Amino acid sequence: MSVNVVIDPLTRIEGHLRVELEHANGVIAKAWSETTQFRGLEEIVKNRDPRDVWAFLQRICGVCTSVHAIASISAVENALGIVPPEQARRIRDIVLGAQEVQDHVIHFYHLHALDWVDVVSAASADPAEALEFARSIGSTWKGNTLERFTAVRDKVVEIAESGQLSIFTGGYWGHEAYKLPPAANLMAVSHYLDALEFQRSVIRIVTTFGGKNPHPNFLVGGMACSIDPNRSESINQVQLDQVQKWIDETLEFVNTCYVPDGLAILSVYGGPNRPDPASPDWFTIGATAPNFLALGRSGAIYSGDPAKANVDRDNDLHRDLVPGVVLDGELKLKAFDPRLLTESITSAWYTYADGKKQLHPSEGETSVKYTGPKPPYPPAAEGDFLADSKDGKYTWCKEPRYDGRAMQVGPAARVLSAYLQGDKDTVDLVNTAVEVLGIEPGQLNSTAGRTLARAVEAATAAKRLNETFAQFAEALKGGDIDVFDGSKWDPSTWPKDEVHGYSFVEVARGNLSHWVSIKGGKVTRYQAVVPTTWLASGRDPNGVAGPYEEALGGDSALAAIPWATPHPLIDPEQPVEVMRTIHSFDPCMSCAVHLLDPDGNELGVVTS
Amino acid sequence: MSYEVSGWQEPTLGENLARAGVKRRDFLKFCGGLAGVLAAGSQLNGGAAHAAPTAEQIAAVLEGQTKPILVWLQLQECTGCIESTLRSGGTTVEDIVLDLLSVNYVEAIMAPSGDAANQALDEANKEPHILVVNGSVPKDLDGAYCTIGGESAKRVLEKSAKNAVAVLAVGACAVWGGVQASRAPGAGPNGPTNAVGVDQIIKNKPVINIGGCPPIGEVITATCAYLLTHAKADGSLKLPELDAEGRPRFAYDQRIHDSCPRRAHYDAGQFVKTFDDAAARNGWCLYEVGCKGPSTFSACPVIQWNMHTSWPIGAGHPCIGCTEKNFFDEFTPFYSTLPDVHGFGIEASAERVGWTVAGIAVAGVAAHATLTAVRHAASRKAAAEAPLDAFGDSKVWLPDPTVKDAAAGEPEPAAEPEPAAGPGPVEPEAGPPAAEEPEPVEAPSPPPWLASEPADGEPEDTETTDPSGKAE
Repeated sequence: MSVNVVIDPLTRIEGHLRVELEHANGVIAKAWSETTQFRGLEEIVKNRDPRDVWAFLQRICGVCTSVHAIASISAVENALGIVPPEQARRIRDIVLGAQEVQDHVIHFYHLHALDWVDVVSAASADPAEALEFARSIGSTWKGNTLERFTAVRDKVVEIAESGQLSIFTGGYWGHEAYKLPPAANLMAVSHYLDALEFQRSVIRIVTTFGGKNPHPNFLVGGMACSIDPNRSESINQVQLDQVQKWIDETLEFVNTCYVPDGLAILSVYGGPNRPDPASPDWFTIGATAPNFLALGRSGAIYSGDPAKANVDRDNDLHRDLVPGVVLDGELKLKAFDPRLLTESITSAWYTYADGKKQLHPSEGETSVKYTGPKPPYPPAAEGDFLADSKDGKYTWCKEPRYDGRAMQVGPAARVLSAYLQGDKDTVDLVNTAVEVLGIEPGQLNSTAGRTLARAVEAATAAKRLNETFAQFAEALKGGDIDVFDGSKWDPSTWPKDEVHGYSFVEVARGNLSHWVSIKGGKVTRYQAVVPTTWLASGRDPNGVAGPYEEALGGDSALAAIPWATPHPLIDPEQPVEVMRTIHSFDPCMSCAVHLLDPDGNELGVVTS
Repeated sequence: MSYEVSGWQEPTLGENLARAGVKRRDFLKFCGGLAGVLAAGSQLNGGAAHAAPTAEQIAAVLEGQTKPILVWLQLQECTGCIESTLRSGGTTVEDIVLDLLSVNYVEAIMAPSGDAANQALDEANKEPHILVVNGSVPKDLDGAYCTIGGESAKRVLEKSAKNAVAVLAVGACAVWGGVQASRAPGAGPNGPTNAVGVDQIIKNKPVINIGGCPPIGEVITATCAYLLTHAKADGSLKLPELDAEGRPRFAYDQRIHDSCPRRAHYDAGQFVKTFDDAAARNGWCLYEVGCKGPSTFSACPVIQWNMHTSWPIGAGHPCIGCTEKNFFDEFTPFYSTLPDVHGFGIEASAERVGWTVAGIAVAGVAAHATLTAVRHAASRKAAAEAPLDAFGDSKVWLPDPTVKDAAAGEPEPAAEPEPAAGPGPVEPEAGPPAAEEPEPVEAPSPPPWLASEPADGEPEDTETTDPSGKAE
């Protein structure tokens, strides 16, 4: 048997992803994750002023906007020995926190929800029943009104009857995989629209400090936005009041709308208590090999000496949790050692010097060596798929591994790590969910589990955002108004020899690291190891599949995890089940592939 | 900001046109113009065998539509332009998706994947539609650097452009290639993947360039709303007035420097010397820490960002010039003052540098053999009306021209053979722009401030104050 299903494009993600599958008897036997975009940003930042490169690297991704900029600036500061003032670090943390929650909300409602919610079914809902459903799941969201639900229902009817379905054109409406009653679908569609308003409103937290969003501005050595309670042109009480209002909005939406919605929807789709026991249990589907990596909670920043075993915590404001890994399904946190990272290119269109199989990111290389077919690539009916390539290469995404293992990064990894460390907020939320759903904590490693973990993390991150902002505001009132350390701004103050730095930042989609070398005032080497690279990678030199591939069609998770079940796919023409699992990872393909090595002189070598 | 959709009150386009008093004969004439465009399109694509739809066929399809169709392509990109659109507080993304248009293809938020998504695209492509594109087109590796549905970004774009009645290139990547088209060791002029903008591929119809990395969300959605709410007397599509770069004048007719609330500090010689100094806390001018506002055309200071919350200079960071072509190369190092910026070695003042950038851009456009009709009009008009009035001030406020030696080998930008004016008033009035007969390229005559002696001859010391010292 070989590939008989191709899904390209896989939509409602950032960037471009193609999935090839072996499918038989209603389940997926094998899967290949194929990233179909390459841009080469790491090569572009070479020879540039290290104070500039954050602006380039921020453009790795406009969904994960801010996070690459902060990771880049942290790595450059680490290399040059620059210590930004405490208040600047708090501002960055506020930006990361706001971005994290906003990103999770957009993911759940605008990228993922249509996998679970049948929009067309909402047209037949009774708004009063939708209101009752919202009450029954404990949603106290202010948008739950009869008027609102009626207006939304009427809008859905209008669109459905017009025959012009707009973004809902071609959706898999009425597919048997959709299980929510019409009332729940109507409530969810209404919240979809509320969430659009929400994300637009709260992103202003970032705009206040960075001047715009997407792609706000940052600064090596601190922040450019001055803060001074007695000056109109600095951030003062006016902005403090506004930001607090938007943080209050964040807390309200996450706690009264997002978390109840997430729990309610997932309780229909998984766990032993689900209403239709004959339907697939999405808390048993989509498991990856049970290896997890998280450097503390979301927003944590670590840096240090690439040659040393320990990451440095000096730059981190979240010191209550430690970095760690969970390996081989043993739910026990082990120490994280940055020297154990590797990136290989077995299935990716690159070549390494001297025929090496894998490299540490601090000495990473990426020379393009495209060996795939000339586009257009064949559709499923014609054979000769990317996955059938003779040299085993089928993607632009490299293969990051930790101690030889494909690792799951992201909300599930962080929530599991925080849970194992006894973080009270996390433990309370997870225990509640586990009890309601009748699952075990390890089932966060599933399609529904990752979606649940993201909602849990939105709640804890919103709380931390509020706390960090309170610290920032208090310090500001106390006269701590410095946001920039210019003592090493001038390149003449920088070391003469080549210096190296890195940063690990926990961002919405998982662990992100940037690695930089600087000499003579210029960047000499740059590498980024990105959450989606971890997750979307292909087979490595040992044949180990990446997490997407394993979740869809792997057998090692099935062998290692007692509760894991094979991945269903009823109708290859309507692959809603595949979208659920891929979306549960919140893919960001532009992030995954952005790289080209500083030494990549074989740029654009084409051998076929 | 809000927009009244005055042009679309009846259920179908046919009824709307009837309501507006548009005669069917005139409508068919418009559709005949479209048919001409479409025929030209198929010719360009080498498809002489393609039967271009007749005016009658187009009219039949258009009249039956209750909402205009919009196709949004994401090519080689970061999705920042889509995120910016989601943030628009003017015409919102809900308005666009649910009320104003039928957005039948947009990967980021559409329901289906794979075959069903491709089918939605194919069917939308068959009908007249508005095409919005963000992201660049990588030309190397036969397009393997970016494929969608198995096809190269170039092919995807060409197919969707064929029946498009308007093409919007949204964001730096779609306008000129963006960050991936920037300089890299060993790579060609368009970056490691040879990434280019939409109007380097689609040359037979007007492309509206919405510059910015990303553009302001309100500007993106307002451009869509403009197309829906502004119609000519005969009911045909009316494009917004465009500048010489193809950008809508309603958002790009002013230099940031000229609308900047900190301009008074520039004129008074009050500059931030280092970030977070006393001058910074007082909101003084960021020119000396690298602000590119003097060379950047955008309504950022007017519209601001995220529902008028703030904007880059307002939050203390210099403008990096993201609405201008090649800003990642032309405007770096970002924290160097403009005259030190690569390519401007001997330029003496913000004023002159600003105009030189505009001049280069227009010269580049003029040199290009296949201009759109609109771009023709833009260049001609801009040259005809020297827009000195856009600058208001005399030379008194010019900063000290700390003249640097021109780096060896660097071209003097103003010496380009076909310099032209900046973005002066442009009115693509005559007929449906797309259907207009292309006219031969005219080399605009150099505007007086480029041809005559620049301000170098009369340097003035504007460092009359010490901002840092006086601020506290």
